[in-house]
Amino acid sequence: MEWWLPVLLGGAVAFGIVMYVAMDGFDLGLGILFPFAPGETERAMMLNSIAPFWDGNETWLVLGGTLLIGAFPLAYATLLPAFYVPLLTMLFALIFRGIAFEFRFRATRFRALWDWAFSGGSMLATFCQGLVLGGFIHGIPVVDRAFAGGPLDCISAFAGACGCGLVAGYGLLGATWLIFKTDGSTAEYGRAAARIALPATMVFIALVSLWTPFAYLRIAARWFAWPNIALLSPVPLVTALVALGLWRSIGSDRDFRPFLLAISLFLLAFLGLGISIWPYAVPYQATLWQAASSPPTLAFVGIGVVVILPVVLFYVAFAHWIFRGKTATDTGYGH
Amino acid sequence: MNWDGLLLARAQFAFTIGFHILWPAYSIGVSGFIVVVNALWLRTGRQVYRDLVRFWIHLFALGFAMGVVTGVVMSYEIGTNWSVFAERTANVIGPFFVYEVLMAFFLEAGFIGIMLFGMNRVGPRLHFASCVMVAFGAVISAFWILAANSWMHTPAGFALVDGKFQLVSWWAAIFNPSFPYRFAHMVVAAYIAGTFVVIGVSGFYLWQRRHAEFARTGLSIALWIALVLVPVQALIGDLHGRNTLAYQPVKVAAMEGDWDTRAGQPLVLFAWPDEANARNDYEISIPLLGSLILTHDWHGMVAGLKSVPPQERPPVVPVFYAFRVMVGIWAVMLAIVLAGTWLRWQRELYDAAWFGMICAFSSPLPFLAVLAGWTVTEVGRQPFVVYGLLRTADAVSPVAPQVVAGSLALFVGVYGILLLAFFFYAMRTVLRGPQVAEPGAAPAAVRPGIDSAAAGRPAE
Ligand code: HDD
Ligand code: HEM
Ligand code: HEM
Repeated sequence: MEWWLPVLLGGAVAFGIVMYVAMDGFDLGLGILFPFAPGETERAMMLNSIAPFWDGNETWLVLGGTLLIGAFPLAYATLLPAFYVPLLTMLFALIFRGIAFEFRFRATRFRALWDWAFSGGSMLATFCQGLVLGGFIHGIPVVDRAFAGGPLDCISAFAGACGCGLVAGYGLLGATWLIFKTDGSTAEYGRAAARIALPATMVFIALVSLWTPFAYLRIAARWFAWPNIALLSPVPLVTALVALGLWRSIGSDRDFRPFLLAISLFLLAFLGLGISIWPYAVPYQATLWQAASSPPTLAFVGIGVVVILPVVLFYVAFAHWIFRGKTATDTGYGH
Repeated sequence: MNWDGLLLARAQFAFTIGFHILWPAYSIGVSGFIVVVNALWLRTGRQVYRDLVRFWIHLFALGFAMGVVTGVVMSYEIGTNWSVFAERTANVIGPFFVYEVLMAFFLEAGFIGIMLFGMNRVGPRLHFASCVMVAFGAVISAFWILAANSWMHTPAGFALVDGKFQLVSWWAAIFNPSFPYRFAHMVVAAYIAGTFVVIGVSGFYLWQRRHAEFARTGLSIALWIALVLVPVQALIGDLHGRNTLAYQPVKVAAMEGDWDTRAGQPLVLFAWPDEANARNDYEISIPLLGSLILTHDWHGMVAGLKSVPPQERPPVVPVFYAFRVMVGIWAVMLAIVLAGTWLRWQRELYDAAWFGMICAFSSPLPFLAVLAGWTVTEVGRQPFVVYGLLRTADAVSPVAPQVVAGSLALFVGVYGILLLAFFFYAMRTVLRGPQVAEPGAAPAAVRPGIDSAAAGRPAE
């Protein structure tokens, strides 16, 4: 129990983050694509395609944060102060993007303002998440179980590259969501956007993947030491194949496929990240086991996750089923 | 960490949670009202109930979104601003936050889509069930967050190992001594808040002589609910206070403005507590009544602030005045509810424009009472964050004060804009009024005809 409970809950945190990135990823992606959309019809359609879901998608972010405090308090108490600036900026950005859903459709004079809140908030939140990711890979200084660095330490060129990469990646998720959930001119716009976002995403994935082993020797050792290199070389290969398949599916009439492949792309990138970071909860300072809370606490959290999470997944799926099919023009906001 | 950083962190936390708590109060309350009118619609099929459901879902959505965006901030702020607190207490209260997300937030988030946008898509029963789920989720959320908060006031079910709180009993930690009272008092406060929002909007329409049937029905239901809840709230408050007397006597002494420990404590009606000299200026009090209220005995022994050294006392002035604001607002609300009941008995309720006007201005009252009550609770706990065990000064994050000052200034600015925008769009929705006629131009999206399915009959 001492050994596998932290691993189980580490898995739950990873699952929460993957769900968040996949689900809120397409919401934020729509925000990123929003200002470039051809017109009001497409914009309203874009917003209405996620209207019933965005709140639930954002809840995965809250789950990630609370799982950290419940299961890995040391990670919560050191990573959050370390990433104070990007995290608070992200929260401000998410405030604007979230509230814009409600206010935009009630607005007349100020609609353009809320459009900016929505797209600006989405872009900024995404970029900040990338900064946090970059800072996480970089690692943070910890002394006496507390963060011991400055507020802007986490910001670097590498973190900036991660931020831009995530903007491109979420843009891709958003574009493939449009192909999947809308039709007509909005889906056409999704196709056009995907054709730009996919190459951009791939450039950043390649950049970050090459940058990390060069900058961080321990990550290079993880990937290039024998026999790891043999076991791990399929990861980049499969990634390239998925990207190729995604490119070819953009124009096809299987409208679900690009979305599925875009999510697979994210899963693979995430797998690569996990391989690089394992077994740390606070990179290079504390492992999963060192950061975990006491066994009875872990057991309590674990029971909640194992019992309740499947129920949650069930009714999330139910909500998606209720709003299945292409987004109708007469539901959602403004009705 | 110097004092400035601490003060800034406290100010930021107090401001952000004080702003957040308004919206849970709003959405717990309004979702409760929606469930009631939705149930009435299913039972009777009367169109006006349907209109009420539709209209209040619109207003609910606005407040719900405010709660979500400000709540997400809270869940991260405990780590960004109170990391030492988080690290020390996480073994006990950390899981409560996880359970809140799993049991409450996902439930709300899963069904809010159907509640807001599903009226034309699903049958009336499923729509009703979704409203119930959202309302229920909001109360579960309050359950867990208040379990965590109450544990900070009356910690139980733990052992202190190397300065860290380790869990011993889940049950004792959740159902800690002050939790049942705080939960009951807060949930009733939220239902009162929602009820007074309905009273305010309906009163406004009566005052302006618009949407008569809609306004009458809403006001009538809300007044009945308030007639029950407002007196009940004083009873629960009394029990809550007696529980606090048992576990945090110094907080009660600050609320009452009692400096000396004595049998037969007077009830201080008004005073200016002078903390430096440990006495009250300009005191007006009624002999012996204080002991009677707190201990239900004219000569009961009640501890005063001087029973602990000055550095263990909370700031007295804010606690003392906030308590009077809360109880004062309660009295005003009681007067409004009783006046409404009197008018109803005289069969003048719907014709008295003056009463409608009073109602229209009464909506903010419970929200102010909620803020005042929380000020009593949280400031009265000082100088501890976990009562008697962990000092607030030892709980703060190692974050540079300038950065906290910057984020605090941004919060004030951003939340100010949010509040203005909320009022602006809420007012617009109210002025536009209920969409009384079913929008014939918007047929059901996927399965036509459901929109007009008769109440109480499954649409499929
Ligand atoms: C509609 C709102 C409302 C109204 C009308 C009242 N209260 Fe209250 N009160 C709250 C809303 C509230 C609150 C915001 O919900 C608090 C803060 C923490 C809590 O549990 O409830 C609170 C706290 C609170 C406390 C602090 C207990 C503690 O933290 O240890 C006491 C003693 C009372 N109340 C007592 C009363 C009494 C005697 C009332 C009427 C005569 C009263 N309240 C009316
Ligand atoms: C689970 C819920 C809550 C938690 C975990 C919590 C935690 C805290 C913490 C860590 C502080 C800072 C230390 C301090 O100054 O006391 C604080 C202060 C404060 N909290 Fe709470 N709180 C909770 C609920 C609330 C609510 C709902 C309110 C509503 C308004 C509130 C109002 C305040 C105020 C006004 C202060 C400042 C007190 C002062 O600085 O003297 N709290 N709380
Ligand atoms: C430190 C304290 C608090 C934290 C960390 C917190 C966290 C949150 C979060 C993350 C949300 C958004 C949920 C979503 O995504 O759907 C939220 C909303 C909510 N919170 Fe808080 N909250 C705190 C204090 C409170 C208190 C004291 C109460 C109630 C008494 C409360 C009741 C609610 C409710 C009912 C919602 C649902 C959404 C809404 O009604 O607007 N919260 N909170």
